[in-house]
Amino acid sequence: MLKEDCASTLKVHLAQSLPLPSNVNRPRIDLIVFVVNLHSKYSLQNVEESLHHVDATFFLGKVGFLATGAGQDNHCSIHRNTVLRLAHTYRSPLFFCDLEVEGFRATMAQRLVRMLQICAGHVPGVSALNLLSLMRSSENPFLEDV
Amino acid sequence: MDSYTAPESTPRQSASSRVKDYFIGATPLQKRLESARKLTSFVPTPSRRKIPQCSQLQEDAELQKVAFLLHKQWSLYSLTPLYKFSYTNLKEYSKLLSAFIAAEKQKGLAVEVGEDFNIKVIFSALLGMKGTQRDPEAFLVQILSKSQLPSENGEGKVLWTGWFCCIFGDSLLETVSEDFTCLPLFLANGAETNTAIIGTWFQKTFDCYFSPLAISAFNLSWMAAMWTACKMDRYMATTEFLWSVPCSPQSLDISYAIHPEDAKALWDSVHKTPGEVTQEEVDLFMDCLYSHFYRHFKIHLSATRLVRVSTSVASAHTDGKIKILCHKYLVGVLAYLTELAIFQIE
Repeated sequence: MLKEDCASTLKVHLAQSLPLPSNVNRPRIDLIVFVVNLHSKYSLQNVEESLHHVDATFFLGKVGFLATGAGQDNHCSIHRNTVLRLAHTYRSPLFFCDLEVEGFRATMAQRLVRMLQICAGHVPGVSALNLLSLMRSSENPFLEDV
Repeated sequence: MDSYTAPESTPRQSASSRVKDYFIGATPLQKRLESARKLTSFVPTPSRRKIPQCSQLQEDAELQKVAFLLHKQWSLYSLTPLYKFSYTNLKEYSKLLSAFIAAEKQKGLAVEVGEDFNIKVIFSALLGMKGTQRDPEAFLVQILSKSQLPSENGEGKVLWTGWFCCIFGDSLLETVSEDFTCLPLFLANGAETNTAIIGTWFQKTFDCYFSPLAISAFNLSWMAAMWTACKMDRYMATTEFLWSVPCSPQSLDISYAIHPEDAKALWDSVHKTPGEVTQEEVDLFMDCLYSHFYRHFKIHLSATRLVRVSTSVASAHTDGKIKILCHKYLVGVLAYLTELAIFQIE
């Protein structure tokens, strides 16, 4: 993501789990992306626990889920529908991206940077909440049954 | 700006009404399209499955017939429906296939030193290997070496065995027209070269397609739970799991063996609904194993990949290898494998 061209300064903070230590001065967080590795149940459990530490206001468009590893089906310990349900419960967008593949990684980075720009308020006329409802309406219509 | 707030309700309604039209008076092709569409949309996997029932093969004669299927390692393949396959032509198929194999071997494609080129292929029907009456009959293909000496009137050594079956394959049988025979599960034991040659012949003759069936870690944990749930009179083997840790430079394998009665006791404490296994129970069963391991070794097994499961009923490897140990639950094990094969075909 840091390779992408962006008008303002882009800072990425990586963390294994939340909550982040509170004694450090850090700039405002605009977007949280939870990465779930479909090969490892542990990563899902980690994400589920970290979600409890996120303030409710973030879920209005400033949280996203990224599921990686769907390309290798026999390595998957988590069913695709589990992450779909998780994303649906938290009303946040879910992206599938095999982070091992260079091309997919670059495309995903572009999408995330664009999303970040909107969440930070740098794109006039679109807010994070607008983006969220826009993405929701194009999602699978069958989600409503669950 | 108003242009950005897309109307939420309209796209959803039009999509669902389009889907409903397909349900009425669907031809098999439309049904296939519908099932394909369902899989790409948000449909939960079966969250509950039946525990394999103790099968009815009680008579000794039938036991003898299936005994050769047990205790052998089978490689799994999924097979698309066979076009214009007929059970009455089995003898003809045997002749055609023998000729084909002989021709292939003379071409020099599969030449092994000291191999007996006099081989015989036998097609035979496997009666009783089905889940419901609708399932097509299973059949068996064997390559035998013809004995050189005329005085021996035995059959000769079995070089390769393969069998096709379909257990509870209703979801596939509904969508297929009458010219096709659905036998989605193929199991092979023997040399890889023979499997390849026979695969080529079937693909050319019946316009089908083989693909290796790999079992994901998710399905392996389901198998572990379902097979531990089976009631056994006596346990022949310990319950064993094998995990592969993805770490560089070399991968590490963790093997975890439990006494089968302890595993059954653990399962019984987790199990609630009689006769059925649910997703929650499987997850809880595996989580108990993981937390026990973590308490002792401080290693998160849930971050690793389950590669092999071995119980007294059967043992399965993620590469698509299976060994069935117990004749009572043979049909039950095959039913789950058929489900995976059908899922892969679709």
